[in-house]
Amino acid sequence: MALTTDAVSKIAHLARVAIDDAELEGYRQDLSAILDWVAQLDAVATDHVQPLAHPLEVTQRLRVDQVSEHDQRTTFQAIAPAVEQGLYLVPKVID
Amino acid sequence: MYHQTLAELSQRLATGEITSVELTRHFLQRMAEHSALNAFVTATETQALAQAEAADRRRAQGHSGPLTGIPIAHKDIFCTQGVLTSCGSKMLENFIAPYSATVVEKLEQAGMVMLGKTNMDEFAMGSSNETSFYGPVQNPWRQNAVPGGSSGGSAAAVAARLAPCATGTDTGGSIRQPAALCGITGLKPTYGRVSRWGMIAYASSLDQGGPMTQTAEDAALLLNVMAGFDEKDSTSIDKPVPDYSKSLNDSLQGLRIGLPKEFFGEGLSPAVNDQVRAAVETLKAQGAEVKDVSIPSLPLAIPAYYLIAPAEASANLARYDGVRFGHRCQNPSDLTDLYTRSRGEGFGQEVKRRILIGSYALSAGYYDAYYLKAQKVRRLLTEDFKKALSEVDVLAGPVTPTTAFGLGEKTDDPVHMYLSDIYTIAINLAGLPALSIPVGFADGLPVGMQLIGDYFSEARLLNVGHRYQQLTDWHRAMPTDFS
Repeated sequence: MALTTDAVSKIAHLARVAIDDAELEGYRQDLSAILDWVAQLDAVATDHVQPLAHPLEVTQRLRVDQVSEHDQRTTFQAIAPAVEQGLYLVPKVID
Repeated sequence: MYHQTLAELSQRLATGEITSVELTRHFLQRMAEHSALNAFVTATETQALAQAEAADRRRAQGHSGPLTGIPIAHKDIFCTQGVLTSCGSKMLENFIAPYSATVVEKLEQAGMVMLGKTNMDEFAMGSSNETSFYGPVQNPWRQNAVPGGSSGGSAAAVAARLAPCATGTDTGGSIRQPAALCGITGLKPTYGRVSRWGMIAYASSLDQGGPMTQTAEDAALLLNVMAGFDEKDSTSIDKPVPDYSKSLNDSLQGLRIGLPKEFFGEGLSPAVNDQVRAAVETLKAQGAEVKDVSIPSLPLAIPAYYLIAPAEASANLARYDGVRFGHRCQNPSDLTDLYTRSRGEGFGQEVKRRILIGSYALSAGYYDAYYLKAQKVRRLLTEDFKKALSEVDVLAGPVTPTTAFGLGEKTDDPVHMYLSDIYTIAINLAGLPALSIPVGFADGLPVGMQLIGDYFSEARLLNVGHRYQQLTDWHRAMPTDFS
């Protein structure tokens, strides 16, 4: 399936990944080739097959709803790009 | 000392013939001498020597186990508290992990000494170690050949005897394929057998950590410590861990080996075929019975994988947004600019490619056609393996279609690169355990054989591997530049 460069730009935007205009065509070719190649799955009859999400078919384990972690904010924020008074700093969102 | 196995080093430590500090210094020195191999991202000398001293004290006090004082290298995908955990990416070039992975903690509690963190394909996405932000690792057997990936640094480090053992992770073959291309032993356990907590996520329904060693006996020693239930990993399996060392010498009499015909078809190099078949003959001579079986859906494994893994990756890698940790772009104009540029700059090309494919496969209108379809094919494939494994005890085949290829040989064509994972990827989709062991050479490069078993049959796989290694010495071979 041949993608357009516009489609690649749109996917990149959805995925929040900046791609240089100069590189768009390369990605377009690579992604198109991969999609062409995975299209071979279309030929497989799977109408009555249940999708498999977990190889051992186990269901999500639940735990008791109680506090299991202590506060480690200082530790975790020590590796953050920008923090102030315990808050993560980002560009202004609301004017 | 460097050429010895864990079992041998353990013995020498126990008799007091050597100390952990001596052993650790010895390997740290080898790492420094052979830094051109590029197997390590970080060497942790100071910490290693402190751990070694602690291990020697612990031994003096009589509290030691078989792994106490033995050095190990960790793949840079495992979080190690206070130590750079880069995952081979510019995105995490500055990420000092605030906690350690369960696997790292368990091995540390057993008294093992961390030598450093090994190079790898970025976010474990690659089959040649060429996608690493830190540059490719050399194959110790041949300059300018790839070591395989994504655990290429771990495989090269063990093959060159810069570390006696290492950890790896395997999402589509990332333990077994580099083990085969570097001539060492590597085990991918059953999905859920080894905790994924603190192991940086790539494709969560496929990721599994495991040991990379010289021998199956050594892999058993490591797995004894690495395996087990972890409540911090939501897909960890709560099942008792057997003593994997105990059954290593069990007889192979009557062992039923299946050769899946799809593993020996078109694309397999004749030299690899010959070596694998010769290894099967060796097992046959020990009383194993061999029969042909079939995994008809095998050709569908790679296309299914390259939808499922990127889809899961696109979700897992959404956490790298330049806000809480990792790379952040300079002077973002607004929040969207912060996200997109931080990610655009922090991720390499292959990672971006997979994020884009995954985002596309999960996007509105395409989900059923791609992701759901791939999950249905995943069931067909799993059923094929279950059927084959109801007829035999283990499946045997090649790990890779060829021996190590050249650096740069496949980087221009992603689909061509993906095809080199044909024999390993299907096993991750089915969640089965598989062992890669060296079974010879072709044109001077190692050849690996893969042994695949039913769920939780790691002990049997290690038993077969160990018996084979008692009869052969391929696992003893060392690359001349490093001996």
